[in-house]
Amino acid sequence: SQHFSNLRQHFSFPSIFIYGHTSSGKTYVMQTLLSTLQLPHVFVNCVEYFTSRLLLEEILIKLQSCSGTEQTSPVRCDSLNDFVRLFKQAVASQELQDQTLYIVLDRAEQLREMEANILPAFLRLQELTDTNVTVVLLSEIVWELFRPNTGCFEPFTIYFPDYSIGHLQKILTQNHPPEYSADFYAAYINILLGVFYMVCRDLKELRHLAALNFAKYCEPVVRGEANERDTRKLWKNIEPHLKKAMQTVYLREISSSQWERLQHDGGEPGQLKGLSAHTHVELPYYSKFLLIAAYLASYNPVRTDKRFFLKHHGKIRKTNFMKKHEKTSNHLLGPKPFPLDRLLAILYSIVDERVAPTANIFSQITSLVTLQLLSMVGQNDQLDGPRYKCTVSLDFIRAVAR
Amino acid sequence: MPWCFHICIDECSLCLQKIQEDLNKQLLENLVGFLSRSHSDFQEKTTEWTCRMKFREIPTAALVLGVNVTDHDLTFRGLSGILQDNITPYVALLEAKDCPGIKNLMQKLMGQLMKCDIDVDSLEDEDCVQVSQNRIRCSMSSLISWYESVKKKTDSETPSKKRNSSSRHWQSPPVVVIFKDMESFTTKVLQDFIVISSQHIHELPLVLIFGIATSPMIIHRLLPHSVSSLLCIELFQSLSCKEHLSTIIDKLLLTSQFPFKVGEKVLQVLINIFLYHDFSVQNFIKGFQLCIVEHFYSQPLSVLCCQLVDTKKRACSLSHDQCENIRKLQVLSWLKRLKVSVNVVLITLKIILSLCLHVFTSSLPKYPLGKQIRELHCACLENRVWETEEYESSLQLARMLNKTDLVTMLQQCVEILMSSSGKEFDKTSEKLKEFLTQFQNLEEASQEQDMSVLSQKELQKKTDLYHLQKTLLELKESRRSKKLTKFEMLRFEVVDYIDSLVRKYLIPADDRTLHEVVYFNTASVLREHLNAAPRTALHTALNNPHWYLKNQALKCDGGGISNKAPDICIAYKLHLECGRLINLVDWLEAFSTVVMAAEEPNADAASSDQVDDTIHARFIRAISELELLGFIKPSKQKTDHVARLTWGGC
Repeated sequence: SQHFSNLRQHFSFPSIFIYGHTSSGKTYVMQTLLSTLQLPHVFVNCVEYFTSRLLLEEILIKLQSCSGTEQTSPVRCDSLNDFVRLFKQAVASQELQDQTLYIVLDRAEQLREMEANILPAFLRLQELTDTNVTVVLLSEIVWELFRPNTGCFEPFTIYFPDYSIGHLQKILTQNHPPEYSADFYAAYINILLGVFYMVCRDLKELRHLAALNFAKYCEPVVRGEANERDTRKLWKNIEPHLKKAMQTVYLREISSSQWERLQHDGGEPGQLKGLSAHTHVELPYYSKFLLIAAYLASYNPVRTDKRFFLKHHGKIRKTNFMKKHEKTSNHLLGPKPFPLDRLLAILYSIVDERVAPTANIFSQITSLVTLQLLSMVGQNDQLDGPRYKCTVSLDFIRAVAR
Repeated sequence: MPWCFHICIDECSLCLQKIQEDLNKQLLENLVGFLSRSHSDFQEKTTEWTCRMKFREIPTAALVLGVNVTDHDLTFRGLSGILQDNITPYVALLEAKDCPGIKNLMQKLMGQLMKCDIDVDSLEDEDCVQVSQNRIRCSMSSLISWYESVKKKTDSETPSKKRNSSSRHWQSPPVVVIFKDMESFTTKVLQDFIVISSQHIHELPLVLIFGIATSPMIIHRLLPHSVSSLLCIELFQSLSCKEHLSTIIDKLLLTSQFPFKVGEKVLQVLINIFLYHDFSVQNFIKGFQLCIVEHFYSQPLSVLCCQLVDTKKRACSLSHDQCENIRKLQVLSWLKRLKVSVNVVLITLKIILSLCLHVFTSSLPKYPLGKQIRELHCACLENRVWETEEYESSLQLARMLNKTDLVTMLQQCVEILMSSSGKEFDKTSEKLKEFLTQFQNLEEASQEQDMSVLSQKELQKKTDLYHLQKTLLELKESRRSKKLTKFEMLRFEVVDYIDSLVRKYLIPADDRTLHEVVYFNTASVLREHLNAAPRTALHTALNNPHWYLKNQALKCDGGGISNKAPDICIAYKLHLECGRLINLVDWLEAFSTVVMAAEEPNADAASSDQVDDTIHARFIRAISELELLGFIKPSKQKTDHVARLTWGGC
């Protein structure tokens, strides 16, 4: 024990960078390690504390409660300079000098969006504060994307590889429900992975899906139609069900509570329409035509306007240039911006009756922009001839035009 | 006259309020059900294995409201009111324009939540207010600590005094966050907020409501799978705005309880604005209210536009002038009392009858008289409906209806007539009932004479095609020559009776005496107000200043440019003749020529080489005014040119 506490007194490496794909156990390992070894630590999620001030204050607040004292008082910390000063004070008052303190910053990629000095300062915090502290950064992206232009202290990098299918199987099987045997559950997990491993390797999601569908898997056993060893029968029962789950609940087309209710009532998933089934948008008459005009303006080149929208357009001259150009579909190139005038001109030509340029028409264009069906290109002055782009797909416009 | 206007407009708004409350009832009930379910699930079975294993998602309601964004405010106001009454005091409404970043979002959210806390807990703990106003750390953790303190407070208070107020809410009421306009939020803000709140869902029971104007696909477009997998999304759809409009028209225009009516053209303008431009029920109502205002403002006879009971009283108190007015309308003054009351009654009848007719025709194929009752209403207002071709064809179709359809329709008609309180229709409904009993008698009688059934059987016996054809032809012949069956006779009778009713009551509004009292008919005024055309108006003002200024000197003779016109008009007219790019020097030259033509007709030629300084200044001012109005802008292509921003003569 004496030896161990001596060990704790050693200064460790100033900063460690841990990266790996989603749910490869970075956070979990770090948390378990720190709490089982009872190391003094501060754990902060950078997404949650989105400004540098919030982040620094949160670290200081957590530090106060670190060594067991529950009493926390509000801290005010506006700059990194203050932070270093307050940090030293806090470490001294908590009597943490004799062992390494760990600051873990989860989702560290958010640090890049804060002030430029935050990330380099955290990497050198040991040096700046002259205390025994190690900063651990957890992230899903590689260190190369962090490195600032001006250079910084290079942290010690650790990579967490993805779980293989075997790992996933083992981890998922560990939490089997108390009323069933581990083998029975392992067989279920095997089937589940067989269906979902192709699309999803996220442990959290898989665990969620396993919990959602387990009741269905047990159904024949509960009803007494099969025993726990009857794998083939059980597989026949669950496999189509899981496939349906992959198309609906996994994509969040229908919610998990709806899925559970369906399962409970024994209904067919077909009854419930998913989110994507409701694609139809009802628009006012002129909004429809405006949207169609915008689509035409976005995907047709300007020089064809005369040919398409004028009654007496003369002969179509087919040149080699045109043929060559038309080969690449305009749909692959994406929408092109067009001026307001062109939109209105096309509108007037596609609507049968005369359209008066009323204020309502113009406000409809604006409301189409707020609905994200059109988008404004270049946020310059309205008087300066605004330009728009049409952002809807061909299928959508087909549905509108019908 | 103000009092009758006030009565009318008050009645209107009262009526509307009631309609609005009823309309989204179903939707709101569903939502409330969802919200009450959302977090209670977790409270019930926290011990179960599935709950431990399951990832706890944030309950989310995707509320599809349609593209009429202007109406959403009202829906959300109603929604948050209902939520606060039934589920939770903690409701926050967020708008995209207030939340450009996650920081602003948190600020707004906490501001709204903590304020509602103060409202609930009266004013007894003012020290708490002071603390929160000093400086709040806008982070989730402070929100959680706030929530816990509030929860503790309500828990301790429950047994003592605030029994009934807190019993409406549960032990730990959810915190509802409403995103009013999902489409306008930036992806980053939404993602961050969802990620943050999903980490604290255990401490803070959050429920999200997304207000969606287009389609729920937008959720997938805005949120990547990693974020949307944190949500438990359920879809709710509001009433479509067209249905909403139909109910409003039904309750407001097609009833007798509300005296004010709009004429055909006006109604057409209102409906067209709705269907062609905005789908906004709010705007429709505003237009309708404008009609009321205009009617009472411009029509002296509108004093009689009130409930039937009051009409008599008011008619007696008419001043001499007003009587003169009525007399001008070719009505004998001693008849007025009678006529007015009859008029109102007629309107009632007419409306009910059009309902009947609607029932009658809407089930016919191809909807000759329109699918919606409002279309039929318009048709009846416009001209004599029985003279139209559509009416003729729908009667033809009605004469071919089979018995079950006819009977159900008659029953419906009777129901509609019975539900109306007036006595005027007693006779009609009696008659219809009589028809119904006759049909019933027919049914009994038909069992005895089964001639037709027999021939049918014969038909089935014949298998060979030639014979079949022959018998069919024979049957047809015999049917044509044969006397009509009893049923057919009766059918003709019914249809003729309905036709006579239509001819009697569905007289177009303009043909009636004193229709001006209740009908508002000046559509042009309404169009000017509601469907303004600024571009056209601007063009008229600049091109033909006489239109607005009414100055005789400005009256131009056939397209020429008068030099008396304001400078900007001259410059505008000259620029209409130019192409895409305008040479400023040429423009100035032309401008000075026009202006000089009047001022110094006998000036010597030498001075015209050099443009006068004043004219130059006036030209520059006119040009900059045009630039401000958005007609031209400086061009980068050529230095001394400006570019036109409009094309053609507008």
